[in-house]
Amino acid sequence: MRTKLASAAAVAAASVLIMSACAPSQTGGDEGGEAEGGGDTVRIGIKYDQPGLGFREGDGDPTGFDVEVAKYVAEELGYTEDQIEWVQTPSANRENALEGGEVDMIFATYSITDERDERVDFAGPYFVAGQDLLVRADDTEITGPDALDGKNLCSVTGSTSAQKIKEEYAQGVELVEQGGYAECVTYLESGQVDAVTTDDIILAGLAATPENAEKFMVVGNAFSVERYGVGIPTGSEMCEDINAAITQMKEDGAWQEALDTATEGTGYTPDEELNNGPEAELESCDD
Amino acid sequence: MNGFIELLAEYDVLGAFWMNVTLMAIAAVGSFVLGTILALFRISPVESFRAIGTAYVNIVRNTPLTIIMVLGVLAVWGQLQVEFFSSFALNFFTYAVIALTLYHASFVCEAIRSGVNTVPLGQVEAARAIGLSFLPAARIIVLPQALRGAITPLGNTLIALTKNTTVAAAASVAEASGLMSTMIEFNPDLMVYIFLTIAIGFCLLVIPMGILTTWLSDKLSVAR
Repeated sequence: MRTKLASAAAVAAASVLIMSACAPSQTGGDEGGEAEGGGDTVRIGIKYDQPGLGFREGDGDPTGFDVEVAKYVAEELGYTEDQIEWVQTPSANRENALEGGEVDMIFATYSITDERDERVDFAGPYFVAGQDLLVRADDTEITGPDALDGKNLCSVTGSTSAQKIKEEYAQGVELVEQGGYAECVTYLESGQVDAVTTDDIILAGLAATPENAEKFMVVGNAFSVERYGVGIPTGSEMCEDINAAITQMKEDGAWQEALDTATEGTGYTPDEELNNGPEAELESCDD
Repeated sequence: MNGFIELLAEYDVLGAFWMNVTLMAIAAVGSFVLGTILALFRISPVESFRAIGTAYVNIVRNTPLTIIMVLGVLAVWGQLQVEFFSSFALNFFTYAVIALTLYHASFVCEAIRSGVNTVPLGQVEAARAIGLSFLPAARIIVLPQALRGAITPLGNTLIALTKNTTVAAAASVAEASGLMSTMIEFNPDLMVYIFLTIAIGFCLLVIPMGILTTWLSDKLSVAR
């Protein structure tokens, strides 16, 4: 019994040592990322794998529409580009990243929904997208979701966008779900699927990459409304400032410019009605 | 508790897990058959057969399952356009089963080979002495004893296979991990319940297998 107690004590002592050894490095990390309350840097969550919206290779400069809006907003909040720390936030991680304080805000094709609103707050929307179809450039048959009967369709696992087509528009459609849209695009090119579906701006971004140039087109017949918001932690004070920055960005033309660059050469234009209508109205910051 | 009820009501959780069970069952039979053949290759007296068996095991065992799965769908289906069925659901299910079978056969082969090592050399010599050639000796004398000695590693392989069925999501099969992505996408407010639902589901599948394996390996062990 004695030896057991002694060894337990030794283990306890050892773990205290290990923990205290870890502690300084943690505080060190916190000092570097002292972003709350307008410190040195701001940590912004983006996607790294969506060309045209949020795309980054290695440690290079991220590109895309989400990134441009994020830079503009950050500047309005008083951060220069050098003070932005980019963080990758894949879809399934976004709420956790905000709650855990890993990022200060998220610009990552983040649709505003009630379920998400329960865990995080939203500013914006800075863009209103709609579900659409990407088809081969020479395809004239597929003009909308109704024309998909007997066709093959690709989408991403964990999104019901493809399911929705099957249930509401074309029952005879065959679905393949993949880990990313890049796979879907290779199938579209090889002819194994006839269309790829998700939000129109994501499709336009895919079609605009140099290797896909001229090969695909967005059908331009959006059949849902996705309001892309800026995810912020619940109760964040930045909400109103972000909204003001978005309004200003739309007014001074930088918004349009960023959008044109991101979707260049695809013939895609965002839905005028959606982006100027009631759906584009900014979220209230009071809740 | 309400969270669980909401998830079970809104999503087909049981159906998704049933897909994992189906994948597991078919791939288990397939990999057992292929694994046994490979094990025969590896213990055969013909050198080229042994080389083939060794090469298969070393190559497949050291390739991540995801790579095999993605290779099937992205390359064989996507580019070479090989289609087993015109229905996508059945086609991708077949791809997933093939990938799982090919991958786990290498582990089954090694499990059986470890069982073969438990069979005393004298057994094989006695089999030869009564005039049995390689295949009859393997079928009647060696494999029955080897399988009984290999139950624990075979059970481990089955458990690994069960959990690896989640990789089938990469081949567009609507199973539990794909459903988890969907649930997280649409109900991030229930994140903890989602995690627990999937985790408990797999515990319910896997723990009985572990218990059964232990029980069987005790019951069937060869008394020597």
